[in-house]
Amino acid sequence: MYNGGKIIAGMLVFLAFFTFPFYYNLGKANARPEPKLNTPVIQQLAEKKCVESRDFMRAEHMQLLNDWRDSVVRDNNRIYKNREGKEFSISLQNTCMNCHSNKKEFCDKCHNYMAVKPYCFSCHIEPKENKS
Amino acid sequence: MSMDRRRFLKIAGVSTVLGLGGASVMNGLSRRGLEASQATVTPDPKGLTAKRWGFAIDVNKLGSPADYQKCIDACHNIHNVPSIENPKHEVKWIWNETYEHSFPGTEHEYMNHEFKEKNFLLLCNHCAQPACVRVCPTQATFKRKDGVVMQDMHRCIGCRFCMAACPFGARSFNYRDPRGKDANGKPFIKVENKTFPTRMIGVVEKCTMCYERLAIGQQPACAEASNGAIVFGDLEDPNSEVRKIINSKYTIRRKPELGTQPSIYYVIGGSEHA
Repeated sequence: MYNGGKIIAGMLVFLAFFTFPFYYNLGKANARPEPKLNTPVIQQLAEKKCVESRDFMRAEHMQLLNDWRDSVVRDNNRIYKNREGKEFSISLQNTCMNCHSNKKEFCDKCHNYMAVKPYCFSCHIEPKENKS
Repeated sequence: MSMDRRRFLKIAGVSTVLGLGGASVMNGLSRRGLEASQATVTPDPKGLTAKRWGFAIDVNKLGSPADYQKCIDACHNIHNVPSIENPKHEVKWIWNETYEHSFPGTEHEYMNHEFKEKNFLLLCNHCAQPACVRVCPTQATFKRKDGVVMQDMHRCIGCRFCMAACPFGARSFNYRDPRGKDANGKPFIKVENKTFPTRMIGVVEKCTMCYERLAIGQQPACAEASNGAIVFGDLEDPNSEVRKIINSKYTIRRKPELGTQPSIYYVIGGSEHA
C-alpha cells in the first residue's frame, strides 16, 4: 500500500472525530422530561382528566389541536364531545391553557427535549406563569 | 415447477390486489384504534345564525368623533389590535374616513357642507362576492356560509394579494410585530385581552365580524358599543331589524359599481327625509 501510514493515521483521526459525540455523551443519561401537571386548576379538579385519555393526548395532541383549530376557524364548530360524552369548549387559550397554566413546565419541557418548536404562542397568548 | 408467462402474470396481479387491499384494511384498523372515533364537534347552541349577516350604520346617529372612537376602541381592545402610529404600518379593523374617501365619485361641489366634512365609520364590508377570497392562494381568507368573510391566521402566508384585491382598504398587514414596542418603549397593544389571540408579524388581518362573539350568542362589539347607531342582523331575513331599516330608509353602500355586493349599508337620510 502506498502511503499506508498516512492513510491509516487519517482514518483514525476521522474515526475519532466521527465518534466523538458518542464518547462525549457516554454515561451521561439524558434525563427524560417530566411535564408537570400540578397547576392550581388541575389540583382542584375532582377527576383529573384531560379531554381524552392520557395515552391519546400523549400520542395525538398535535393532531387533536390541528383538528380543533380547523374545526373552530373554518367550520365554526366549538363544542368538542369526547368519547365519554363530556363536552368541552374548543379553545387553546381558554380551555387547554386554563388547566395547563404552566406552559414552561408542561409544553416546553417535552418540546425542548424533542427540539420541536410549535408556533402556537406566537399568536395565542400564553398564561401568566404560576410560580406556586 | 415450471410456470408459463400467463400464469405468472395472473398470480402477480392477484397478489398485488390482495396486498394493496390488505394494507388499506390494516391501515384503517390501526387508525380507528388510535383516533377518538366517537368524538364529535358541534357548533355552540348559544351561537347566532343567519343566511347572510350584515350591518346598517346610521351615519346621523354617529355624530361626534367620540362616538366613533367608542366603537373603534371596543373592537380594537377586544381583538388585541395593535395601535401603531406610523400610517404605513398601522393596523385597523374599523376606522373612520371622510365622505370623499368613503364614497369616492359621489361627492360634488354643492354638497351639504356638514356631510362633506363628516367622518364615516368603515370596516370590512363582508362582501357577497369578495375579491379578497378569489385571490387568496392558500384559502386563508374564505367566505363562511353565514356571509362572514373569515381570515384564518394559521394559513395566511402574508402574500398581500388580498390587500391588493380589496377595494375598501379593509385589510392591514403586520409590518411590525404586534407584540412589539414603539420607539418610546410603549407596547403596541396597551392591554391584552387574554381570551383572544394576537397576530404575528407577516400576516394580514381584518375585521372578522366578531365571529368569536357570534359563536357564543353575542352581537359584534362595534354594534354593541354604538348605542343603536350600528344595527346588526340577517340581511336575508325580511323580518330582521336590519332589513326593516334598509327597506324603510335611504341607504348607500361603498363602491357598489365594483359588484362585490358589500353587506354594510349606510343609512343616509332618516325616514323623515326619505
